[in-house]
Amino acid sequence: MDQIRPKIEVEYVQHAAIATLTDEKILDESDIRGLDESIMPLLETSPSVNLVLDFSNVKFLSSAVLGLLIRISRKIYESQGQFKLCGINPKIQEIFRITRLDRVFDIHEDRYDAVQSLD
Amino acid sequence: MVERDLVQKSRVVASCISAIEPTCRELLDDVKSCGFDEDDVFGIHLALEEAFVNAVKHGNKADKHKSVSVEYVITPAKVDISISDEGAGFTPEDVPDPRSEENLYKSGGRGLLLMRAHMDVVEHNDKGNRVHMIKYRANAEFDEVKE
Repeated sequence: MDQIRPKIEVEYVQHAAIATLTDEKILDESDIRGLDESIMPLLETSPSVNLVLDFSNVKFLSSAVLGLLIRISRKIYESQGQFKLCGINPKIQEIFRITRLDRVFDIHEDRYDAVQSLD
Repeated sequence: MVERDLVQKSRVVASCISAIEPTCRELLDDVKSCGFDEDDVFGIHLALEEAFVNAVKHGNKADKHKSVSVEYVITPAKVDISISDEGAGFTPEDVPDPRSEENLYKSGGRGLLLMRAHMDVVEHNDKGNRVHMIKYRANAEFDEVKE
């Protein structure tokens, strides 16, 4: 397992990279920049990347994170890859519901479900 | 923990996220000490973060020489917060609805939407550089019955 500190841990399963967010709170510009710098290189590893983003550790996030997720999803879809979210706690799930981004992102209960759903 | 009946404070802080963080933490500690539950604290925290970011980034245009003013009153029944910046202000009605199909993939507007969803009152002054938010305590009625 590669360790990219302090924002994500990355594991490769079948045809997907599973990135687990390690911070409990993702709030300000520096958090977002750190996450951006950790995740974007994963998307360069092959022409078409399948990425599962695991939120199990995350207890709080701000709307700035949603903008980053949209940028990631665009980049992945442009290269015909797949992007899945999982492990989102109910309060954060509510943030996705309020902003209607639960319709945009493919959200799964846990990483197992997310990997199983890959085509 | 002994619940407090009234907390009233005002702070003027430098317009950068790192300077605002201690005020945010202090306010949330005060909210908890007045008996608000975890769900209320989560919603207030979210609204507070979004309001601070709006003040620093959009209001004061990330100018560290400017400041952000925070005033709050907390009672066991409600949290009343006002946050002002030194910017030119904005018209909340002009902010596009981020939930509409054409805006779903665009940035902007989600912070204000989340503030409105988690607080009972969110209103701006005429200039648009001051936001006033109120959250009524969800379990206040239950406590009154207990007493």
